[in-house]
Amino acid sequence: MEPWTYAPARESAAVANLQPSYRPFVDGTFVDGGGEPLKTLNPATEEVLAEVGTASESDVDRAVAAARRAYEKTWGPMPGAERAKYLFRIARVVAERSRELAVLETLDNGKPIRESRDVDVPTAAAHLFHHAGWADKLAHAGFGADPRPLGVVGGVIPWNFPLLMAVWKIAPALAAGNTIVLKPAETTPLTALVLAEIAAEAGLPAGVLNVLPGAGDIGQALVGHDGLDKVAFTGSTDVGKEIQRRLAGTGRHLTLELGGKAANIVYDDAALDQAVEGVVEGIFFNQGHVCCAGSRLLVQESIADEFEELLHARIATLRVGDPLDKNTDVGAINSRAQLDRIVDLAAAGDAEGAQRWTSPCPLPEKGLFFPPTVFSGVEQTMRVAREEIFGPVLSVLTFPTPDEAVAKANNTPYGLSAGLWTDKGAKAMWTAQRVRAGVVWTNTFNRFDPTSPFGGYGESGFGREGGRIGLGAYLDA
Amino acid sequence: MGNTTMSLSPGGRADDTAGRLTVAKTYKLYVGGAFPRSESARSYPVTDAKGRLLAHASLASRKDVRDAVSAARSAFPGWSGATAYNRGQVLYRVAEMLQSRHEAFVDDVVAAEGASRRKAAGIVDAAIDRWVWYAGWTDKIVSVLGSVNPVAGPYVNWSTPEPTGVVGVLAPQSSSLLGLVDVLAPVLAVGATAVVVTSEARPLPAIGLAEVLATSDVPGGVVNVLTGRTAELAPWLAAHAEVQGLDLAGAPEELAASLERAAAGTVKRVLPRPAAEADHSRVPGTARLRAWSEIKTVWHPVGR
Repeated sequence: MEPWTYAPARESAAVANLQPSYRPFVDGTFVDGGGEPLKTLNPATEEVLAEVGTASESDVDRAVAAARRAYEKTWGPMPGAERAKYLFRIARVVAERSRELAVLETLDNGKPIRESRDVDVPTAAAHLFHHAGWADKLAHAGFGADPRPLGVVGGVIPWNFPLLMAVWKIAPALAAGNTIVLKPAETTPLTALVLAEIAAEAGLPAGVLNVLPGAGDIGQALVGHDGLDKVAFTGSTDVGKEIQRRLAGTGRHLTLELGGKAANIVYDDAALDQAVEGVVEGIFFNQGHVCCAGSRLLVQESIADEFEELLHARIATLRVGDPLDKNTDVGAINSRAQLDRIVDLAAAGDAEGAQRWTSPCPLPEKGLFFPPTVFSGVEQTMRVAREEIFGPVLSVLTFPTPDEAVAKANNTPYGLSAGLWTDKGAKAMWTAQRVRAGVVWTNTFNRFDPTSPFGGYGESGFGREGGRIGLGAYLDA
Repeated sequence: MGNTTMSLSPGGRADDTAGRLTVAKTYKLYVGGAFPRSESARSYPVTDAKGRLLAHASLASRKDVRDAVSAARSAFPGWSGATAYNRGQVLYRVAEMLQSRHEAFVDDVVAAEGASRRKAAGIVDAAIDRWVWYAGWTDKIVSVLGSVNPVAGPYVNWSTPEPTGVVGVLAPQSSSLLGLVDVLAPVLAVGATAVVVTSEARPLPAIGLAEVLATSDVPGGVVNVLTGRTAELAPWLAAHAEVQGLDLAGAPEELAASLERAAAGTVKRVLPRPAAEADHSRVPGTARLRAWSEIKTVWHPVGR
């Protein structure tokens, strides 16, 4: 019998309800920003999707002032039960408009529609729904009888999960009674602006949420603004350090969700087929544009050859291509700059003597794509073992004993996440206790939930997002 | 020495007048469970509240900071891996040892802070009670900060606090004993290890405390105590890559922001310098325990 042949199953781009232009959202209305408009591209085609108005520094002032007024006049004094209902409303509309948001996200970001549809948007709706319920229960969160909000929050987020990261900042900030000014990433501003529209339609009072598209200079102006009480940043470790320096001596609160170089440990007693799936999920989910990606595979020596063979065979079946095709496993690299960085770091892997294996999958003729790539024979000193590549590139290292697996896993300044695969419960717990990482996936990888705190050790940042502990980062506790 | 009186007997104990010369104590550093002098062989005079010479304390150097961090790092796996019950017993033992040397610490606090004996006795009592308070926290903070999380899927998901690593502590400058205990005990309670820079002008009670720690089953290296110039030592501690947390309780005001900037180089967890020294007599909340805890979340699938 013939195996089933591939047929495209393309989602309709029209569902995204794409507008020719988008504008900053300040004090309850969409305004003409004072910055140079930017053109946001579809990375799968490099064609312009829309023109987006950007903020100037004076727009940052206006947005922070609006957020302050809202904090003092409306949102701050409002009973928690009322705040909760706004957030529940927004959560419901995000779910209602989920298909539109998923397609828009895929167009702007390049991620496969399967992921934006099944992960980004539903997880964002869940995050809003979960935090809505906290708004009138803060006294039960373990931070005292009457925990107070911090005030005005400035949030700066990356391009890898544009809507989800926006919600990870907005939901806990608003639930706790703060107001927020959010700067989405330069290359992916669209879904955060649609979220602002949803909030406005839900009747969220003016100034509670402000969204300022722009480049790094606007991010800098925002995080350094004297009118803020808290900064919440997700992005690179280098920029995170700059922000921590910038806030030194100001007494302003700060949480940082930074880079990672996660180890994914496969013991010789693991269920190998499941481990292969988990390793593939760990590094190729969202093209590897994930701070918690399992980018260092640590495989026990006795099974290393067999495991790599299984891994290559599985990776070769991944479809790389049109992000709107529901069959696509690996979509487009978000920007030319990121693609250049991946190409450079992979070249460093060659130069330092690692062996490169590239998936034989066909790549689209245009657009920004990079094939799934595996480096074997990687040593801990190599750049591909130390630096965050933020792309579909896996580095394979081996270990002889559990002690050495843990030592190698922890041999990094980062500490965001780790994975481990074994059928032995005691060994799983032993390993989970010893890896220095904020999230440990045992026999699974890349799972996220609003009730589950996420965040890193060491240079992966501080503070958590999600759960009771994550809520505490937005309270004066 | 100027016009200070040579009287190397803290607290002004009366032995010198009874026809017998008191055996004066040499105040040294406490690093890795031992009491070395500064590798720099430097010392500095310490006077009481009235300006009378009490002793020459070790003037620690950058190299002493590095040795202390190295000792704290080496002690971390053992201390963080000890059971919470064990840590609680050790902290309670510190309280016992302090209690047994109560009068000596009253002498030290009187000399260092110029307090009346009655007030100093209250300070020592509070310091002892603070150790007891934190001894009781060791096996509760995990339940209080941790959680089992009801994720929407077939997974068991839980979060627990773990100690952040090595914490650099700039001890409060005024409250030489209680203030020190107030900032040090929570570091130990969560299972982190510490490098303490004592009050610069009032370092002697801290060395007394180090002697207590050395005889309280606190493993060597878990607490390391440096005396000297805060402004000289703090920048090395703030920039050290093997220090994960930094408590600026006793930071000089003019240095506080630059220490925070240095700490950013390795994304340290920082407790900023308070505008005014805290009231250490108040029973603390969990803020310091939280500051030195990292929340780890573990996922595990459920299936057949």
